[in-house]
Amino acid sequence: MSESIGTEAEVPSWTRATRDFIGKRLPLAHFLPDRQPAYVGSWVYVFGVATIASLAWVMLSGVILAFFGPQWWHVTGLGRFVNSVHFWSVQALFIFMVLHLWGQYFMASWRDGRAPTWMVGVVIWLVMIVTAFTGYLSQQNFDSQWIGVNAKDAINSSGGGAFFNVLNFGQMYGIHVMLLPIGITVLVILHIVQVRAKGVVRPIEGKGRGA
Amino acid sequence: MKRRQPIDQETYYSGIRMVPYDLVKELAIALGLVLVLVLAASALLSSPDQTPETIQSWSQNDPVDFVTTATGELAGTTITAQYGAPYNSGTASVQGFGFFSPQSWAGVREPVDAAQDFVLKPLSAAAGADPNLKTALSDYTSADPNQQKAWLEAFAKALKDAKVASDGTLTMASGEFGPLPQMMASLLVLGRAGGLDGYLVSNGHFYQTDYTLPLLFMGDGGYLPGLGENQHLLGSQWGMMNETGSYPGQTWLWLYTFWYQIPPFTGNANADLMVVITMTVLSLALLLVPFIPGLRDIPRWIPVYRLIWRSHYAGETPQPTAADGPSEGRPGGP
Ligand code: HEM
Repeated sequence: MSESIGTEAEVPSWTRATRDFIGKRLPLAHFLPDRQPAYVGSWVYVFGVATIASLAWVMLSGVILAFFGPQWWHVTGLGRFVNSVHFWSVQALFIFMVLHLWGQYFMASWRDGRAPTWMVGVVIWLVMIVTAFTGYLSQQNFDSQWIGVNAKDAINSSGGGAFFNVLNFGQMYGIHVMLLPIGITVLVILHIVQVRAKGVVRPIEGKGRGA
Repeated sequence: MKRRQPIDQETYYSGIRMVPYDLVKELAIALGLVLVLVLAASALLSSPDQTPETIQSWSQNDPVDFVTTATGELAGTTITAQYGAPYNSGTASVQGFGFFSPQSWAGVREPVDAAQDFVLKPLSAAAGADPNLKTALSDYTSADPNQQKAWLEAFAKALKDAKVASDGTLTMASGEFGPLPQMMASLLVLGRAGGLDGYLVSNGHFYQTDYTLPLLFMGDGGYLPGLGENQHLLGSQWGMMNETGSYPGQTWLWLYTFWYQIPPFTGNANADLMVVITMTVLSLALLLVPFIPGLRDIPRWIPVYRLIWRSHYAGETPQPTAADGPSEGRPGGP
């Protein structure tokens, strides 16, 4: 091992190729930059960060709820409070996400090769709606009953009801606490990596680009 | 090929003034502020949690509706009995346009036999301890279908004037009902005692997580929809966005539920499928906005961006307003 140190740089290696691949696209200094273009000084950019923050509290309160089980929050005050935190952080999450979406839309942020960032954003949005829906079905209260009984027809009409049974609590609960949160986490990490790798899109300029 | 080379950010930002920026601090502040907001809302407003209904509460609070629904299940006249895929071979709730019917393509995957599952099976289970019920059941099942139909129709008609006695049983005019009064009285006893709740979910299993049967049964009655209507939860009341009490529901479904309020969707037998298709197309459009001429140009035509980046545009033509100082005083960043 020690003799090869001098020639190490010449030896091709999958590990080095992977490191180079990542290093070229997202060096750490781009992932966590300490300088930003001055145009990022607009309030609109706050919505993305606020969305991440809300998501963090959704996840944390959800993990606590899942740990104690679906009955817990109906029978204890503390459980009810944690459920309320989950409920309100979801509401905050959606408010910030909608503001973020419209902000990105009116900045046409898909410009300069950022269409994949936008598209991953839209997928997050759609997955988030399904997650909230399965969450409402997992509440084990009158709302869950009502939403299940009424939503089944639309899902059945699409053929989806044959595989996604909104009246099956076990299925909805498992999807809500396990599959969708993992999917969202992966997608959000991907989304942020995409943003950091490209840098924040430049303002729309009248004719051509330039200062 | 050249375009596939990632442009490095230094090139991309050329000519743009860069300012110091603390992303991690910003995230920490956002976490703190959102937490305060959410804790305050939770402490002040709590969250919705209306107790669920049960077959027991249904049969206690509205026994006439319960027995009427059960009679309908036997007669095959309820929503579930006539539904179609994914529950059975009915057709009443199957949507499609000609050959295009994903609902029938997907087939029957959650089999439900309304008469058997909701009425006859639970009654047979109870009949072991009740010889009169046993006789009534075999009278019913061995009767000719036309005879059954005549009994059911007469019984359903008489139920319209049924009264609830103080002990919760029904009193109704007598008629040619065959064994139905005995069967339905037993079913009502089962329902009021909570036995049906257990029976419908257990179905021979010990662990239970599937509530398809009791929910379909309750959905066929008038009791549950009545409660929903009081809470403004019906589809025609934009119910999809609402929740019990005055809590926000799934407000993000506003566009989804909007379609149900206008023609050609309102009252259309294929409304669900039409709305699903509409929303799928719109979601695809949202996904593909960057590539759709017109949609992707609106931000240029309605120049909200001028507002968003106003300090950038203010500084661009003359001189930057300030030297490269520490940020412009407000947080915000990717
Ligand atoms: C959980 C959901 C989401 C999170 C946590 C999130 C987070 C972020 C963050 C932190 C940024 C950096 C810029 C900024 O803060 O404005 C960003 C950028 C972006 N987001 Fe999202 N986002 C989410 C959902 C969405 C959705 C629903 C869309 C659109 C449909 C979207 C489209 C974009 C685009 C196009 C950018 C690139 C902006 C640029 O390069 O200047 N995101 N996102």
